[in-house]
Amino acid sequence: MVVPVAFFALFFAWPVVSIVERGLRVDGVWQFGRFGEALSRPEILDVLWFTLWQALASTGLTLLIALPGAYVFARFDFRGKGLLRAVVTVPFVMPTVMVGTAFLALVGRGGLLDELWGVRLDTTVWAILIAHVFFNYAVVVRTVGGLWAQLDPRQEEAARVLGAARWRAWRTVTLPALAPSVAAAALMVFLFTASSFAVVQILGGSTYSTLETEIYRQTVVRFDLTTAAVLTMVQFVAVGAVLAVHARTVRRRESALRMVAPEETARRPRGIGQWALFAAVLLSVALLIVLPLGVLVERSFATSQGYGLDYYRALQTTDPSGTFLVPLLDTIGNSLRYAVVATLIALVVGGLAAAALTRRAGRLVRGFDGLLMLPLGVSAVTVGFGFLITLDEPPFDLRASWILVPLAQALVGVPFVVRTMLPVLRAVDERLREAAAVLGASPWRAWREVDLPLVRRALLVAAGFAFAVSLGEFGATVFIARPDSPTLTVAVARLLGRPGELNYGQAMALSTILMVVCAVSLLLLERLRTDRTSGEF
Amino acid sequence: MLSIEDATVRFGERAALDAVDLEVAEHEIVCVLGPSGSGKSTLLRAVAGLQALDGGRVLLAGADQAGVPVHRRGVGLMFQDHQLFPQRDVGGNIAFGPRMRGAGKAEQAERVRDLLELVGLPGAERRSVSALSGGEQQRVALARALAPRPRLLMLDEPLGQLDRGLRERLVVELRQLFGRLGTTVLAVTHDQGEAFALADRVVVMRDGRIAQSGAPVEVWSRPASEFVARFLGFDNVVAARVSGSVAETAWGRIPVPEGSQQGERRLLVRPGGVRLAGEGPRDWTVESRTFRGDRVAVRLRPADGPALEAEFPLSLAPAEGAGVAVEFRVEDVVVLAGAGDTSAAP
Repeated sequence: MVVPVAFFALFFAWPVVSIVERGLRVDGVWQFGRFGEALSRPEILDVLWFTLWQALASTGLTLLIALPGAYVFARFDFRGKGLLRAVVTVPFVMPTVMVGTAFLALVGRGGLLDELWGVRLDTTVWAILIAHVFFNYAVVVRTVGGLWAQLDPRQEEAARVLGAARWRAWRTVTLPALAPSVAAAALMVFLFTASSFAVVQILGGSTYSTLETEIYRQTVVRFDLTTAAVLTMVQFVAVGAVLAVHARTVRRRESALRMVAPEETARRPRGIGQWALFAAVLLSVALLIVLPLGVLVERSFATSQGYGLDYYRALQTTDPSGTFLVPLLDTIGNSLRYAVVATLIALVVGGLAAAALTRRAGRLVRGFDGLLMLPLGVSAVTVGFGFLITLDEPPFDLRASWILVPLAQALVGVPFVVRTMLPVLRAVDERLREAAAVLGASPWRAWREVDLPLVRRALLVAAGFAFAVSLGEFGATVFIARPDSPTLTVAVARLLGRPGELNYGQAMALSTILMVVCAVSLLLLERLRTDRTSGEF
Repeated sequence: MLSIEDATVRFGERAALDAVDLEVAEHEIVCVLGPSGSGKSTLLRAVAGLQALDGGRVLLAGADQAGVPVHRRGVGLMFQDHQLFPQRDVGGNIAFGPRMRGAGKAEQAERVRDLLELVGLPGAERRSVSALSGGEQQRVALARALAPRPRLLMLDEPLGQLDRGLRERLVVELRQLFGRLGTTVLAVTHDQGEAFALADRVVVMRDGRIAQSGAPVEVWSRPASEFVARFLGFDNVVAARVSGSVAETAWGRIPVPEGSQQGERRLLVRPGGVRLAGEGPRDWTVESRTFRGDRVAVRLRPADGPALEAEFPLSLAPAEGAGVAVEFRVEDVVVLAGAGDTSAAP
């Protein structure tokens, strides 16, 4: 318990508080008047309004498109289901920079739609919304579909026998059972889309700005730390409120539902209606998920002289313009190294936190449980910048150290580790540990001998997620990665920010490499994942 | 071996253990008997160190166990539902204790082999625990608890989940085994048959207190209170005024043993102590008959008062609806302690 608390205090609370303090305290006096000032500026109000409505719209759109998908995954049995499940999960572990890049390749300048029909969406809100649906499809399918597959269909059948029509039976029996998980999924999606950074940065251009991109702009472009601090506080409060609601719904979700093995509920689609639904879901997956990824790969090979490996080859040489001090290919190595270290940190901190949360109960612990989720919703930009201003003096003079990047990345990985491990750890019978203790095992030994073997699989899944999010982390990394060792995501973003076909092509090539790395680690995870360990993500 | 002195455990307002004193001698088998919620499991957990005491102390071989962590107490505990480690095979489960105590590989293997032999599952080392039947799991759990040679073995509802036939066979095996090994045993159960068959001494618990303690025969023949009598399955308890060797009750005048306590008392009549009388007014009516093998349980209703359970051999049982006269055998009558303690009814 001490280690995770210290970790969060030092690497999350301190940087965030410092940066807020720097913005809001002038000459030792807190300037709370700045709140009113900043929040009454029309452009800031626009940002808040846009953040809210695009998040709501993204959430609604995601639910609309993904819920039929959840049904198909839960109740239909078909060949290639496992592969399809992996495919729809790929976007979620994709770095957001890459999601933005893929959609840029699809709907942006010189993108596929532009070439075919002259349609460009990259400066419209639609590009952002669709990218958000792409990114969050898996959240809904996994959270809702996982539960749906285990709901006993006989409950619905009982309602039918008692005289309820099919739709009525669904509405009165299945829907109430699903509602908490739908709410939980919706809240997650809302949280992710409201704090979306890279997607909006890449696809929104200068037209659209969310809280997160605005914090970045105020900090980096305008050096207006006051406004950035105010926005951070607003975001903090909003995220805190959303998380509190989420915690409540999740707790209620743990109510006793009749569960059956998922294999028992799945049937082959029957009748025109079901086949049509099945086809529609497949089509939406193809258009929404497979197409953008495909286009990304295609663009990375499409040079002005036809298809070739030119962009990939260019990655091996040092950039003549001097933006990058090393060959771009090195960024892959950097990213992997950082991600491995970040994963280890996240596993240790998250594992300890999960172990502590399992053994204790009560208000304080539940509060800590919620706090662990905060880094998911709080501006990564603030954290990154906070790192720079707080960790540059003894005893924590880490500014020049490479460890800073993995530390920031681990911060985002920890919530995933905790979320994945906690349900499994909680399912371990306390009396098994007692049995080990009576047989002479010390508490630490009992944990190693009893808990660890049971959670090994969950631990691997958690490690995979932590690895993927660390690999894709952008908001904080962009601040603290040193110029001589940038990460993949930072390099992609920089390349996209510069004109020229070669830069664009190299960005696509790098993104493709990143996608393959992520997809491979995900496929490995899918093999490990059992239904027992399917947590919220 | 084990001394529990004034042990108290509270869960909020309720005392799960209320100033309990208990001694278990070396090689003795003590069985704690009581309904669920009487605190018997808490007693075991307190001795193992899994439950902290709010008062009193636990001594093992004369040493106060306060502050000694669970894994250093050197006691064995067999859990109610076994709690075998699902990710280990049978051998891995049994070897766990010796391994924690630093035994070498060869020593562990030998111990596992010996114990599997002992519990009647030779050669089962590599089997998965999930593939075992209830009775086999039970044996493995026992072997695992015995493996580190605990100075005191505790059993929580050792045969609770098994079916009746297996339970009756195993309880005899267990007693023989413990006798042979000289194990000191503290067991808890809610099943009186199990307790009487297993124990050298039975301790009946109620609401965190000890209601009676003694040899099985003693507890069975002389229940100390109405609670104990009813818990043992005796329902023939009635208010009585005892004077000399006779008690006045709603069932008429009943002879009581010499030296019984005098005055307003509760009186127990064992069903076997009810006889049909050759003479006297036939003012008892046979309300119902239930066959129990070679005997018949008969419910008799007096002219005025509560019903009486009686037990007759098949040939002597009266027909339903018949009017009969009854008399009582003094050996089957017990004057219970606690004057008119009607609240003792469970």
